[in-house]
Amino acid sequence: MTKAGLIKFRNDFLDHDITYSFLHSPATIIAALVTLVMFVMAFGAPLFTSYTPFDPGSLNLMDAFIPPAWEDGGTALHVMGTDGQGRDIFAAILYGTQVSLTVGLLSVLLSIGIGIPLGIIAGYSGGWVDTVIMRIADIQLTIPPILIALMIDGITRTSISRDLHEVVAIPVLVASIGIASWPQYARITRSGTLVERNKDYIAAAKLIRTPVPLILLRHILPNVIGPTLIVATIGVAVAIIIEATLSFLGVGVPPTTPSLGTLIRIGNSFLFSGEWWITFFPALTLVILVLSVNLIGDWLRDTFNPKLR
Amino acid sequence: MAVLDISDLSIEFPTRRGILSAVEGLSLSIEAGEILGVVGESGAGKSLTGNAVVGLLEPPGRVSGGTIRLNGEDITHLSENAMRRVRGAQIGVIFQDPLTSLDPLYTIGRQLTQTILTHQKLSAAGARDKAIQLLSEVGIPAPERRFDAYPHEFSGGMRQRVVIALALCCDPCLIIADEPTTALDVSVQAQIIDLLKKLAREKGVATMLVTHDMGVIAETADRVAVIYSGRLVEMGKVRDVIDTPRHPYTRGLMDSIPQIGQNLRTLPNIEGAMPRLNARPEGCAFNPRCTQTLDRCFRHVPPLDTTADEQRQVACWLLTEQENRKETAYA
Amino acid sequence: MINFILKRLLQSTVVMLFVALISFFLFNFVGDPISNMVGQETSTEDMEQLRENLGLNDPFLVQFARFVGNAVQGDFGISYRLQRPVEELVAERMPATLELVFVSALIAIGLGVAGGLFTGLRKNHWLARLTLTSSLIGVSLPTFIIGILLIYIFAVQLNWLPSFGRGEVVQITDGWSTGLLTGSGWRAIILPAITLALYQTTLILRIIRSEMLEVMRTDFIKFAKARGLKSRDINYGHALKNTLIPVITVTGLQIGSLIAFSIITETVFQWPGMGNLFIQAVQFADVPVMSAYLVLVALFFVVINLIVDLLYFVVDPRLRADLVH
Repeated sequence: MTKAGLIKFRNDFLDHDITYSFLHSPATIIAALVTLVMFVMAFGAPLFTSYTPFDPGSLNLMDAFIPPAWEDGGTALHVMGTDGQGRDIFAAILYGTQVSLTVGLLSVLLSIGIGIPLGIIAGYSGGWVDTVIMRIADIQLTIPPILIALMIDGITRTSISRDLHEVVAIPVLVASIGIASWPQYARITRSGTLVERNKDYIAAAKLIRTPVPLILLRHILPNVIGPTLIVATIGVAVAIIIEATLSFLGVGVPPTTPSLGTLIRIGNSFLFSGEWWITFFPALTLVILVLSVNLIGDWLRDTFNPKLR
Repeated sequence: MAVLDISDLSIEFPTRRGILSAVEGLSLSIEAGEILGVVGESGAGKSLTGNAVVGLLEPPGRVSGGTIRLNGEDITHLSENAMRRVRGAQIGVIFQDPLTSLDPLYTIGRQLTQTILTHQKLSAAGARDKAIQLLSEVGIPAPERRFDAYPHEFSGGMRQRVVIALALCCDPCLIIADEPTTALDVSVQAQIIDLLKKLAREKGVATMLVTHDMGVIAETADRVAVIYSGRLVEMGKVRDVIDTPRHPYTRGLMDSIPQIGQNLRTLPNIEGAMPRLNARPEGCAFNPRCTQTLDRCFRHVPPLDTTADEQRQVACWLLTEQENRKETAYA
Repeated sequence: MINFILKRLLQSTVVMLFVALISFFLFNFVGDPISNMVGQETSTEDMEQLRENLGLNDPFLVQFARFVGNAVQGDFGISYRLQRPVEELVAERMPATLELVFVSALIAIGLGVAGGLFTGLRKNHWLARLTLTSSLIGVSLPTFIIGILLIYIFAVQLNWLPSFGRGEVVQITDGWSTGLLTGSGWRAIILPAITLALYQTTLILRIIRSEMLEVMRTDFIKFAKARGLKSRDINYGHALKNTLIPVITVTGLQIGSLIAFSIITETVFQWPGMGNLFIQAVQFADVPVMSAYLVLVALFFVVINLIVDLLYFVVDPRLRADLVH
């Protein structure tokens, strides 16, 4: 590309409505930056802290209950203080955020992985296939995801031994949240498919005998996936909240690899005795993370599809 | 005195890329009992003009210049509350789609009496009588019985009659009908047109009939104003404009109406499309589509020329050119 | 009308049977009910005998029919953990949960409707923008964090309100104890009710706002304005009434969710309700309690859905008309 071409590209990009809307929404810019920073810090945790909070050998009980650096008795070695076992809170948050983000992202991937195909199939085939899929979705939609996730988690807990459960806890959690949230994606995809399937290009594809799976994959999917992905952004925030809630309730991530929710649960019991920082910083991180993702999702929705709710 | 007198009206929309001018220097007036057809393509600014008259421009749209007078009184910049009292009482409005103009959750009787009681001091029973009388005036059969029916229980044409009854509730002196027949079947269109004509004739209501359908104008209106890209290009008596259109755009419009008995293989049309508001060309807005342009057409906006005849106004350099030539010939 | 109600009742019954089936599978096939009931030293013959007595060797349909029959009478077996009949446990805990949900629903609907109307009608007012921004924060705050925060401020720091329990309760009838008749009961319910209500409030607020904005764009509102109706009549008579169908739907669902979300609130505030019972059941794999809870929550949802359906008819004449024919 020539220099003039590049400049034109840059100007077009800057002048584009979406860029404009992004650059004129300071909240969205901040949210995007915060999310990016959290993402990098969580997944590059060893680069940002030398502590290994979940290696029991590295902990020293002498370091327990150190308040944050700026409080009396605080030390610069533990900026956000330590918990009852001498764990560095900041390091724990980094690794906890990693778990929260992983569960959040994977479970949304799972629910769109279930929801989009079912939605497209229901919308394209119509008839009893549609009725059955959407009825199940309707019934499931009336029950809050958190309850379904709790149930699935409870069943697994009953069926397998406690030791095994610690190993499979995170996959089970991802599965519970993922299965609990697919109906909304199926709904959006289905309504998009209903519109697309009557369009001429689909009729043309049928006319030249394109196999149905190919029609669904190559023609319908690219045209209906946009709105679904926008909702999925907000879905990540919801999934992170569900994960944190389950972990807080003690049925989510086991304490050996704690997520933010587990950290809050652990710290909660120290709140009354004055060690507020043990629960405060993980809680603050969780809220900022969820809020940032929500802000981005809200902006995406308003910009690309004002009609979507 | 004219019932509605719009002079030099401009409407603009501020956007982040600058101000878009949607209507520029528009002047027209309507006498009591007269029906003025306002015709133009969608986006020409005809509906905006109607909305501006009743003070219902959607923000950020705003009147940026000119005056609107109702019975001599300037209503251009009335306060919201004062304008509300004018709407419905002195000006009745009819919208395009009767299926969506009525609140589906209330009986038509309730919607009528609510409008009447908002503007007039009447007892509930008085309002009911008046509503029933209105329904029978607009041709709703068995109005007593239909009074308590919901909008969904009426056909499209009947609903448009109800909408007209609602517009007439408080004996307005002006009716603004925005595409009143577009959403209706052809046979029903004729009935609604007859009704509008009857109202103008019998009640002396001034009517501004906004439409893109020349056929409806020909049927209904006394005079017609042709708007192109926010500017008035031609105005005159309906028969004159139809028989001898002077502006090239009007001529194009007339040619594109199929005539009975005409044997055409293709219908003539005007090449191209109306320019977008942010891409209006210099000079006459019609110049990219016009087949007989002069140099001047690309540089200056042609003024409305009224020299030929008080009733006839045309904004086209070609005609000024012809006038000039005539004058030179006489001299 | 009667037809419609019958049809709806039939649908609800199908849903309930479906839930009962899941619950039944839970009960019979997740873990071994027998080994959960008896001690370590029971002999195999005794276990087999118990199996036979309990009818666990009967054909599937017979067992399921018996399960449903029992469930209809409120019999869900014996809790593994507490060794008491499940229906007794649930009956003890139900009033606490229902009271909490009731108070929260009032708060959520009251604040949600008022806030939604305000932000929908005065969308450019600074207070509306502020409310909307804070509603996003409200959606982003997990319920348990709100609870912890409220406890920390009002119970730990200010020491104004209790941080756990129901306060003093009064026994009204045999099965119903209420905290709403005592001062300490009211003091105790404030924090949990607000915690539970906050999330639903923001959801109701946002749906009413977006529905209002949408209705305000419709032709009939434009036409109502063109008829010079007063803005009060337009806003509350025409616009609000037309938002009611979606709003009732969402509000109904949200009130249903309150029951489920009360699990979290009850845990944070140690509120002696069904949610607390359930979460302990999940932690200890107490299957009879879990399945009873599942059936109860489903019943609650079905009843709310029925009420929502009936409300549609009150609001929308088009639906009423369809019924006559």
